[in-house]
Amino acid sequence: MQHGKYRFIAGFLVLPLGLYVLFVVWPFIQSIYYSFTDWTGLSPDFRMIGVDNYTRMLDDAVFWKSLQHSLLLVLVLPLVTLGLALFFAFMINVGGRRRNAVVAGVRGSAFYKIAYFFPQVLSIAIVALLFQFAFNPDDGLINATLEAVGLDSVQPDWLGDPGLALPVVMMVLIWSTVGFFVVLFSAGMASIPKEIYEAALLDGAGRATTFFRVTLPLLWDTVQSGWVYMGILALGAESFAVVQIMTVGPGGPDYSTTVLPLYVYQAAFRDGQAAYATTIGVALLVVTLAFAAIVMRLGRRERLEF
Amino acid sequence: MGTTSARPGPDGGLGRRDLIKRSAAIGLISVPAMGLLTSCASGSGGGTEKVEKGKVSKDNPLGVNESAQLEVVIFDGGFGQQYAIDAEKKYNEKFPKAPKVKHSATQKIQSTLQPKFNGGTPPDLIDNSGAEQMDMGVLVGKKQLLDLTPLMDAPSVDDPNKKVRDTLRPGVLEMGQFDGDPVWIMYYAYTVYGVWYSKTALEKLDAEYPETWDQMLALCEKAKKQGIAGWTYPGKFPYYLPFSLYPFIAKIGGREVLDAIDNLEPNAWKHPAVKAAFEAYYELQQKGYVLKGTPGMTHIQSQTAWTKGKALFIPNGSWVENEAAATTPKDFEMAVAAPTGLDSSDKLPFGTIWASGGEPFIVPAKAKNPEGGMEQLRLMLSEASSKNFTQQVKSLTAFNGGTDGLSLSSALQAGVDALEKAGENVVNPRLQDWYVKLQKEQIGVAGLGEMMAGRATPAETIKKIQGYADAAAKDPNIKHYKHQ
Repeated sequence: MQHGKYRFIAGFLVLPLGLYVLFVVWPFIQSIYYSFTDWTGLSPDFRMIGVDNYTRMLDDAVFWKSLQHSLLLVLVLPLVTLGLALFFAFMINVGGRRRNAVVAGVRGSAFYKIAYFFPQVLSIAIVALLFQFAFNPDDGLINATLEAVGLDSVQPDWLGDPGLALPVVMMVLIWSTVGFFVVLFSAGMASIPKEIYEAALLDGAGRATTFFRVTLPLLWDTVQSGWVYMGILALGAESFAVVQIMTVGPGGPDYSTTVLPLYVYQAAFRDGQAAYATTIGVALLVVTLAFAAIVMRLGRRERLEF
Repeated sequence: MGTTSARPGPDGGLGRRDLIKRSAAIGLISVPAMGLLTSCASGSGGGTEKVEKGKVSKDNPLGVNESAQLEVVIFDGGFGQQYAIDAEKKYNEKFPKAPKVKHSATQKIQSTLQPKFNGGTPPDLIDNSGAEQMDMGVLVGKKQLLDLTPLMDAPSVDDPNKKVRDTLRPGVLEMGQFDGDPVWIMYYAYTVYGVWYSKTALEKLDAEYPETWDQMLALCEKAKKQGIAGWTYPGKFPYYLPFSLYPFIAKIGGREVLDAIDNLEPNAWKHPAVKAAFEAYYELQQKGYVLKGTPGMTHIQSQTAWTKGKALFIPNGSWVENEAAATTPKDFEMAVAAPTGLDSSDKLPFGTIWASGGEPFIVPAKAKNPEGGMEQLRLMLSEASSKNFTQQVKSLTAFNGGTDGLSLSSALQAGVDALEKAGENVVNPRLQDWYVKLQKEQIGVAGLGEMMAGRATPAETIKKIQGYADAAAKDPNIKHYKHQ
């Protein structure tokens, strides 16, 4: 039977691998190829121009700005989102102190779980639109609330202010994704044996100690995949959608919110420079791969069996 | 592992060998599929064969093949698609032997049609409009469009002694040209840009529309005392500001200042007229005459603030009447005026206004039935079709006239009056169709947007914009155009 084993395994892998190559690897190869051409995206004729697109990209101030913002998103979003999600999940599942149960969530945790998850059922486009209304400086929810509590003098332009626009974009992304990770981490925490918590409590561990010494190490795998997922989101479609829908221009004011996926889109579909867009896309690919490699490297730890 | 039976299961299910065979087969299929995908992007673009040309006659000046299918794609935006369907009915009435016109309407012009252009199978007539408009400069540069000169030289529907080109409003034909004589685009709608206001709001302030900048400032001050802002604009899309700013510049310094700007000439933006106009607008901001929060508002949000009476003036185009209809009070009396001038030393008289074509229709060079596409446009440029359009969507068309006997809304009438007052002094800046990125992102958002939010002075802004214009002039990846 041995000699047929590899053929057997290959038989199962042909289809998924074929699909993967066709729909994932091949487009990548194609776009790398197009990044060496002057293809406009509007007509089938183009010619090879060598590395012109790459030298142009390295001189392009807007590219560097987009890269800078994308890197900022990739650092800040996972950190804040996962941090918040871990905190909420811990409080919902473990953080409470009740008489009849040793390990339980805070009061009303069932309600919070649903409340946190709720944004996840809305599409990101709708979330961005809703926040666009909320951040309307004239009569949006947020400035109206500020006014109602007597802060008439504090009426920022929000998305119209270069200093606030990117933080607002990040806030919307965090708001819309934190619930998913609360649910994910809750599921992870539920699989941690209660005895470990009980032992920790008997030894007199407080909430903070329990979290850092018990919950976090046992949840590390989940956190790590959450980190990768969040990074992809920060570099990919979600950040594009929020910036495209909400911001000035979009990408403004004065390039303060432009991100790599937005710049790819604008080059391809506004400027008719599809080849240059694929060049920026290649840069985005490099950033994404580097991010995944770093996370995998940093996150490597001994796995605890329980 | 390794114990799985090679026999088909008892229920006759899939055996291992079968599975392998089938997987291999799918693998084989996927190879040509890959070839297909590539050809989407870089195919030979041979396309399909053109239909045979019909016989040219008095009734059929373009030589349409009377039995050929016509395919039309319409942008389904603010103007809807009914006007096009009505016009297609006329085509079928005229050519009863042709099958019913293949009509489709979409907002996603680019995603729908870009693959067809790449594959060499575009439709015969396209309304290339909206947010997903395909870049005309690239289409022209890559020879994807048909020269519409035969249409322009064909006799018009209403008067066989008049050519189509002589029935158009000023500037429409020129807008369709890029370099030299060929006409690539037929702009069907006609848009009046300018300063939009409510006659009722001005009456309440006991004021007339200001003709000089001193009057403008005095009126804004008066309004401010009553808690009304002078101006608002779509802060998120600051490229609305040029709708009144560019004709203002032309009024101060003459038409050639705008031409120099369009031609990306060195130091075009350093002209004193540009400086004067920028400083005038900056003064509005500095004196607090711009509605608070404006830099963070979308076009809808600023228009709503304006129809609610929070601000007097907004730079806009004639589509605003339709777009703001839901929030406009009944007694609003919407109107448009030419931009207020600086003083009596301005080169052009008060009334100088920006008006130009909208809804760009194109006939692809590789269309199967290009004569049909042009004939459809000729029918749309008849007085009856034009009236139908104006009645349905409250906008003028490229057809000069076509409003007699129609009862026009206040805003549309104001547009007609403004055009009449302007007479010869209609300007048509081309930055927004020649250099989209420069106009919207660089001049609009990074330049004017920052200045009107009070974060940059006029001098800084002019320097910045001149830098962008110089970079665009030097950029080999951008196709450059000049006023003829």
